[in-house]
Amino acid sequence: MVTRGFVGRRQPPETGARIPPGQYLTEDFPILQIGPNPTVDLATWRFTLRAGSRPIKAWSWEEFEALPRTTWQGDIHCVTKWSKFDTAWEGVSFDDLLADAGIAAPTGFLLAESYDDYTTNVPVADLVNGRAMVATRYAGQPIHPDHGGPARLLVPHLYFWKSAKWVKGLRFTQTDTAGFWELRGYHMYGDPWREQRYTGD
Amino acid sequence: MSSATPVTEPIVFRWHQAEITAIAPVTPQVKSFRLRCDLANAYRPGQHVDVRLTAEDGYQAQRSYSIASAPDGSGTLELMVEALPDGEVSGWFSQAAEIGDRVELRGPIGGSFSWDGPDGGPLLLGAGGSGVVPLLAMLRRRARVAPEIPAALIYSARTRAEAIALPELERLAGDGTGFSLHLTTTRDDGGRRIDAALVAGALARVGRPEKVFLCGSNRFVGAASDLILEAGVPAGVIRTERFGS
Repeated sequence: MVTRGFVGRRQPPETGARIPPGQYLTEDFPILQIGPNPTVDLATWRFTLRAGSRPIKAWSWEEFEALPRTTWQGDIHCVTKWSKFDTAWEGVSFDDLLADAGIAAPTGFLLAESYDDYTTNVPVADLVNGRAMVATRYAGQPIHPDHGGPARLLVPHLYFWKSAKWVKGLRFTQTDTAGFWELRGYHMYGDPWREQRYTGD
Repeated sequence: MSSATPVTEPIVFRWHQAEITAIAPVTPQVKSFRLRCDLANAYRPGQHVDVRLTAEDGYQAQRSYSIASAPDGSGTLELMVEALPDGEVSGWFSQAAEIGDRVELRGPIGGSFSWDGPDGGPLLLGAGGSGVVPLLAMLRRRARVAPEIPAALIYSARTRAEAIALPELERLAGDGTGFSLHLTTTRDDGGRRIDAALVAGALARVGRPEKVFLCGSNRFVGAASDLILEAGVPAGVIRTERFGS
């Protein structure tokens, strides 16, 4: 349905190919969250892998910081329509977490769990082979609490609500189980290139 | 999934046609748009919609806008759009849109940032700039269905002239039902930003809030969250929406 009088602003060709449908480029780093930043103390911070309710492995901050480091640079895309180019992250890859825990992924799905009780679901296939990390640094600095520090999930090929802020663990689930936003109409998978913003997209 | 886990039907957002039925200036930068749409009676105050505009060649742009109205049986809903510099969608609304023009909407989106009478109170609201729009919807709903619920709005605007719906908010604050308005302007003479004294004043009027909604820039929401937490309000009752950088 054409809107009378709307012309729109096309992306220049050099950025157009990097912008998923329905997104626009921002130089800012906007913030989306459901409540205040939780208070997270590094002295008591834990990151825990669970199979259902059963803990598999937990790391303190010092133990986590001693794990092999991974860096990633690229573009991120938020369901609220902004995309940001050339972001730089450092942390521990999902592969290295599993290796340190001495396990293979026990199921094909998991829920990321956060200190503010936020959850979001991601298939294991989208985390392995270097596709995701638990990030602890952004642009060379510790991640500001506004952006999910001290640690956030980073799954940059999916809409950014999948990259849970203030993450405290990953819970493997038998089935693909909806998290906070997915229960409220957001897409179960969230591929920006297929514009999977909401259920049914 | 265990049998104790509640099963929630997936919410499906579809695109709906909407037609502009009225346009009115709100402030020098903000206009109000009434849209006739079949979403108009099926949302909760505080929620937002995605708006999609389509050019002749099929190019589309989408943005999210909070709903300013409360469901009122009119078959229309109200959006308030602030003209942003170089705004691709807000620019069309502020400069080109006319009564009778058609756009597409989908939603309502944002289940956790919403309030209706049965949710109760007391209700503490905090807005920076155009962040007041979803909170205005809540206050309109309260006035209609639950005026007995105590409510306070802390509103930080640049100037009185740029404060959205100020006459309506001042009228609601004078209606004798226990809603108080705590306006601060940052650019007027003697202006100040939200501070502990403003929060204390609102809490003194509203009592211990059970529902807190904060909307505005990152800077405003961050400052308001910290002040309200420092005043002893538990984090679990605070819901936030932020925009901009």
